[in-house]
Amino acid sequence: MSKRVGIEVSLGVSEAVKLCNADVVAAYPITPQTHIVEHLSELVANGELDAEFVPVESEHSAMSVCCGSSATGARTYTATSSQGLALMSEIVYIASSMRLPIVMTVADRSLSGPISIWNDHTDAMSIRDCGWIQYFVENGQEAFDAHIMAFKIAEDHRVILPVMVHLDGFILTHMIEPIEFLSQEEVNSFLPEFKPALALNPDKPVTMGPVGVPEIYTEVKKAQEVALKNSKSVILEVWKEFGDKFGRYFNPVETYKIDDAEIALLTMGSFGEPAMLAVDELRKEGEKAGLIKLRLWRPFPIEEFLEATNNLKGLAVVDRAITYGTTGGPVAIEIRNVLYEKKDSIIINDFIAGLAGRDVRINQFKQMYYETKEAVKNGKANEYKFIGVRE
Amino acid sequence: MATIEKITAKKLPKEEILSYGHRACQGCGELLSVRLITKAIGPDMIIANATGCLEIVTSSFPDSAWRVPWIHVAFENAAAVASGVESAIKVLKRKGKLPKDRNITVLAFAGDGGTADIGLQALSGALERGHNFVYVCYDNEAYMNTGIQRSSSTPFGASTTTSPAGKKSIGQHTKKKNLPEIAVAHGIPYVATGCPAYPYDLMNKARKAAAIEGPAYLHVFSPCPTGWRTLSDDAIEIGRLAVKTGVFPLYEVENGKYKLNVKSRELIPVEEYLKTQGRFRHLKEEHIKIIQEEVNKNYELLLKKCECFG
Repeated sequence: MSKRVGIEVSLGVSEAVKLCNADVVAAYPITPQTHIVEHLSELVANGELDAEFVPVESEHSAMSVCCGSSATGARTYTATSSQGLALMSEIVYIASSMRLPIVMTVADRSLSGPISIWNDHTDAMSIRDCGWIQYFVENGQEAFDAHIMAFKIAEDHRVILPVMVHLDGFILTHMIEPIEFLSQEEVNSFLPEFKPALALNPDKPVTMGPVGVPEIYTEVKKAQEVALKNSKSVILEVWKEFGDKFGRYFNPVETYKIDDAEIALLTMGSFGEPAMLAVDELRKEGEKAGLIKLRLWRPFPIEEFLEATNNLKGLAVVDRAITYGTTGGPVAIEIRNVLYEKKDSIIINDFIAGLAGRDVRINQFKQMYYETKEAVKNGKANEYKFIGVRE
Repeated sequence: MATIEKITAKKLPKEEILSYGHRACQGCGELLSVRLITKAIGPDMIIANATGCLEIVTSSFPDSAWRVPWIHVAFENAAAVASGVESAIKVLKRKGKLPKDRNITVLAFAGDGGTADIGLQALSGALERGHNFVYVCYDNEAYMNTGIQRSSSTPFGASTTTSPAGKKSIGQHTKKKNLPEIAVAHGIPYVATGCPAYPYDLMNKARKAAAIEGPAYLHVFSPCPTGWRTLSDDAIEIGRLAVKTGVFPLYEVENGKYKLNVKSRELIPVEEYLKTQGRFRHLKEEHIKIIQEEVNKNYELLLKKCECFG
């Protein structure tokens, strides 16, 4: 039976991982991921989750342990954030190239320096090209659901890729929210047992992680790219199955009041909720405002994104990271690329906002909207700008 | 611990785990060590290998020299990957997904760079957490795979490509890091040194390390003809000289108890060992004297440990 409980989102994530019956959890503590792994170690200590909790000495080893255990055929989970993600990034890239279906939560937090424990997407963007399936969630319920779907997607034999669930640090991890839990029976009926395509087993020896000479490296990388691109159909299939079963649907590109919108805001993660409020206010002011919430980040949902932006004249991209020394934030750069064919009909303005937990208020979202409206009127996009920065 | 059958000339396991046809240099001491160790433990094993010579010469896709499951992830994390493999085996056995009575040895292989330098943290973490695995450091005293650069396991006076001997340098000017003692400091059940020049000693230690519950650390002296600038048929001779001069004594520490495995009534002068290798060719009498004094000091200390904690 489903039950609705008020719970800290981090604990909700741990409970989801427990319901997925993870075999191995390897983690190193880093704010704001700590509550997730603390609660998991508690669940293991109390015998509520039959798993090996490996309290490693670094995030680099966390991901390395995950590689070893996943390769041996154990359902494997870890969580990290910011510097931890940066430290383990070497192995993050290897995990996907070795096709190890690990699930990792990233409690998104800014990268040093200066050192900051607060939320933005600078960590997420630093490993943008790591080859994992990556998606963002907006609230506690999505965080809970996302993990149950993540294992199913990762372990599907048509996919066999690791999945990274991005969860905004503090803004989500430390909030107490109502979450509708699934029962063990419900999760079992949705998520099959992990059956690895290949595992390290002396009965059937396999060599994993060999040298890729120039004659083979390109083919391996092409195969990995094809696998990631092909994973989209399975992601959509799993999200639909989850929705049909439990009534909560995920879409790669979520939209809000987009149908007749002329100008839309674009957010990722928890910023979707205040942006919705901003859209509501703008609508009251008579504006044809809408919102696009990009959930699926890798593989990038090109078709769905083109469809969502079909009738738009302007798009205000809210970037929560910087790409130093070029034309703006990483999301806007990508969006301009995806919308290149429509460059004459849609103006893309880029706003770098909410770095290191800096609040972005409703009126600032509205400001981004109105500036984009002005740019549409002028027929020319503005240069990217930092929102709320003191100069 | 189960009774361990001792390996002798008559009871030599026939099965080879490491296939011939790999791409190691002629006369490589490291590959010989690995061949003997894996042979001694037998095929019920999973290997986690650090980046390095061993990984490169045995796994050039689509070829593989491994007849057992083998994984390579990166340079500094063999101990962590092995931790993951071991944890998976443990939980899968508990959940009935692997036979409970199956005794799969988890073996980590890394060179001295992957152990003493870049992999030291991962090793320390894995030893401290008490995973049931065998970590083998094949020590050829420099980064041979990248072209003979010094590591913290390179001995005093050796000329390498990043500690070259020159007008103002005798080459490596620091002392070799004592890795077996670092392993001992973790209070693990078994630490041993080995050398392929003493194959039965090495194989029996490998077998013991695999049988012992908990972490075991083997530090294996692996002569490298290419990096040490010796003839390709010198590895065994040099290994024997390293032991007989006291440069690399063979001993084991079982639950804190020290035991010298190969005893010499009198140590041969270190010069006999040094002069076999091009990497020490530039050393003068005064340097050899320093090395001799250091070897004597270390050897005496080891004898005292065997006496006091034997």
